[in-house]
Amino acid sequence: MPDILSYPDAKPVNTFTLRQLDWLPWIAPLDPQDLTQQHYDGLVDSARAKSAYFRLLARDPDVLGARTRLDKDIFYSAGGLPRAERELAAAAVSRFNGCIYCASVHARFSVQFSKDDKDVNALLEHGTKSVTDGRNAEVVQTAVTLTENGNKFGKKDIDRLQRAGFSPEEILDLIQAAAFFNWANRLMLSLGEAA
Amino acid sequence: MVHNSAVTQTIIEQLAGIEPDSPVAKNYQRRAVAREQAELSYQLLLHPQAPGSVSLVERRVIAAFAAGLYQEPATRRHYAGLLQDVAPAFVPSLEQILQQASTHGPWGAYPQGPLSVEDVGGTPWQSTPEQAAVLGPRLAAALEHAHLLLTHPRDANSAALARLVAAGWDEDGLVVLSQLVAFLSFQVRIVSGFSALVAASFPQTTESAHHA
Repeated sequence: MPDILSYPDAKPVNTFTLRQLDWLPWIAPLDPQDLTQQHYDGLVDSARAKSAYFRLLARDPDVLGARTRLDKDIFYSAGGLPRAERELAAAAVSRFNGCIYCASVHARFSVQFSKDDKDVNALLEHGTKSVTDGRNAEVVQTAVTLTENGNKFGKKDIDRLQRAGFSPEEILDLIQAAAFFNWANRLMLSLGEAA
Repeated sequence: MVHNSAVTQTIIEQLAGIEPDSPVAKNYQRRAVAREQAELSYQLLLHPQAPGSVSLVERRVIAAFAAGLYQEPATRRHYAGLLQDVAPAFVPSLEQILQQASTHGPWGAYPQGPLSVEDVGGTPWQSTPEQAAVLGPRLAAALEHAHLLLTHPRDANSAALARLVAAGWDEDGLVVLSQLVAFLSFQVRIVSGFSALVAASFPQTTESAHHA
């Protein structure tokens, strides 16, 4: 029977933070020396072999590969929604679902690209309702409405984004970023813990 | 392996009602890699050539449960159909489970501390003995884990994985199960968002023309 890994000495994280955190897997990642070409194809960047998270997901290398290429195109592609707003959407979904590790990573990216930590700090400290002004409020509201269960997002939400000045291209990028983080959060929450 | 970026309509486009060459199709085509890799993820998880540690029937039951819980009508119908194709006997049991399981979320508790004031309660889903007898122990445990991830993901912990191990899940299977539930969480939302984009892309109605 597979072992469930535990970390009695690890300090659990009980606040949302911009600090760099660790992520500790509850089941064994693949051993670096057992990685084959198929695993490296799934990891896409060989540097990702250093990460326990990606070596764990490499147990299904083809799905990991598709997911990694999807992730990179949603967040790194040129044009459309500014990168800072894509990262803010990822951080807001993570804050709302409660993935402390994911929120810390993408909050840092958002601040790095926007050079402004006011809304991100409010989001982390006080939650998704605390971002109330301008485009950032629309990004966070969209992330929340799509993330909430019950299929609540609709044409009214698109109309609101258009009135706020978002182009159809920016709206599509925003939907992709928010939807994708519902994937990312559940993987990280299912398989390990922040420390 | 299915790796066909030239498909005229991906599953996301079909479910969201994105017609080829429409404005939303052209908008999505700007993100050709994302479009193609979302399709590939779907093919790998739901139409696997070598299902490995998670059988095709298990994948289809779990996917139909996930899509049913989010309540986006087109994805719900699609996954009920995929299950019907391989295991029609499970369809009525799953319908009954979906009528009982709480769908609201995300809720759950944080590690004790300053965030505890944000803890929100809810109703976890557990299979009845009758449902467990129909599903078998592996699938009953998988749906309980799926309900946890779909409605109160921040309650996930290592004990939840230990319950799956006790029900016969191995490490590779736990990764596939987590990917499957997480992928469905993405797909139902992108379909929901893109359907709204399609609805907003049609010319304004006479009512708004009248206001102009």
